[in-house]
Amino acid sequence: MTDTPRLSSHGAPGTTGFSQEPAIRVMNLTKEYPGGIRALEGISFDVPKGELTSVIGPSGCGKTTSLKIIAGLVEATSGEVVVNGTQVRGPGPERAFVFQEFALMPWATVLRNVAFGLELRGFGRKERESIAHEYIAKMNLTGFEDAYPHQLSGGMRQRVGLARAMAVDADILLMDEPFASVDEQIRRKFQEDLLRLLSEEKKSVLFVTHSIEEAVYVSDQIVILTRGPAQVSNVVRPGIDRTGDPQNIRRSSAYLDCVESIWVELRNYLEE
Amino acid sequence: MTLRGFRIPMVFSLVVWCAIWEIIGRLNLISLIPPFTDVVEALFEVIPSTDFIDATMITFQAFAIGMGLALVVGISVGILMGRIPAVGNLMGMWVNIFESSPLTAIVPALMAILGFGLPTMIVTVFLFSVWVIALDTQVGVERVNPSLIEMGRSFGASNRALFSKIVFFAALPELLAGIRLGLIRGLKGVIIGQLLIAVIGMGYLFELYSRNFLMPEFWALLIILFGFAYIASEAVAYFERKVAFYATSR
Repeated sequence: MTDTPRLSSHGAPGTTGFSQEPAIRVMNLTKEYPGGIRALEGISFDVPKGELTSVIGPSGCGKTTSLKIIAGLVEATSGEVVVNGTQVRGPGPERAFVFQEFALMPWATVLRNVAFGLELRGFGRKERESIAHEYIAKMNLTGFEDAYPHQLSGGMRQRVGLARAMAVDADILLMDEPFASVDEQIRRKFQEDLLRLLSEEKKSVLFVTHSIEEAVYVSDQIVILTRGPAQVSNVVRPGIDRTGDPQNIRRSSAYLDCVESIWVELRNYLEE
Repeated sequence: MTLRGFRIPMVFSLVVWCAIWEIIGRLNLISLIPPFTDVVEALFEVIPSTDFIDATMITFQAFAIGMGLALVVGISVGILMGRIPAVGNLMGMWVNIFESSPLTAIVPALMAILGFGLPTMIVTVFLFSVWVIALDTQVGVERVNPSLIEMGRSFGASNRALFSKIVFFAALPELLAGIRLGLIRGLKGVIIGQLLIAVIGMGYLFELYSRNFLMPEFWALLIILFGFAYIASEAVAYFERKVAFYATSR
């Protein structure tokens, strides 16, 4: 690839109003699967520190692929990902992943699942369990420490997945359609909980979703991808004031206009 | 089981069969079938006899060594087949052929090569049980939810931790099913081997009892073996039931 990075067209560095380096910088990422199927065609964007950036695009466009490359779970064909100034060569302790299908160990209790990231990082039982208890409480899972995942509802399972990711205290959360397997009412509650949680713990979040409403509701910045092989179509900053009642946010004209404009843009890729 | 509103315990069917056996035995219809009570009496004579203890020792020794080897080799091969597609392709056909072949036919050849002793029995047990263990392990490892592996890797799991904390437990339901089937086949293998060799272990005892027409002893020995096979398989099934709760929800 000889393309110049397209960062400048979106003015990514500096858009946050700070001159600090971004939490994640994605540069000219391409991914080609064996058999010549191209998933990504040179995508570049920044995830500013302390903000929530979501990636949205038509289904099958490579959103999840790009997230897994950033997580270090999938190797890019070319291009690079820089996290906190260091190039990504695999998974790292500064990033934690939340999976669409929860990825809980069915043979382990809620407590062990939440503590599992810490267990893999070599924390002693006492220490990891006390940290896990703290996040179990934050996720409103108190009383379910000894339950097994199959005894929980989908929403509770994802709270376990979220608690596990929060417990390792990574600066960066990578979330792959975390609420896609959860029903609509719980989903809304979740979005509100997520925002509340993020306001308590300063984290940079990269959030993949296929829901425009969800993206606009939770994000500081939205990266819109084209149909696969994906390119960055646009980067939008909804700029919604989230200080008020969540219900008012969903009714505000800034929110509705932003949803509408993203829909107009995405519709182009659907009707091709 | 309920009959006309009364709950009948499962043991009842066993009692009925024993009663029928007793009646047929008492009627003296077939000389091969002695009354059940005679068999029970013989049971108490057979078990303390030196012949039986010697036979049990050698059978158990062959069974334990053969099963031990089959477990180590079967599980390792199964894991490699499940984790590395090239190994799966390379070995899959052979393992399937041996798994479904009538291995009893090989035992005489083994005797010719390894003689009439312990090595033949060990190899027989091994050959009877190893294939199904390898195949079930492979299936278990292949069915491990890929997102669990990604989860482990995303939290920085080493290959070793990935294996001992995730893959092993995720594959456990199939692994245990393979071990249970392997155990039963291994037991068949050791008995069939001894019957064909006919000069050692249980094979020798069966030969001794049937040649001298000691039918109560013959049946008593059979009941002991049936009982042992049942207990061994139930012991593994107990652990299988313990992991069954997550076998469907991986």
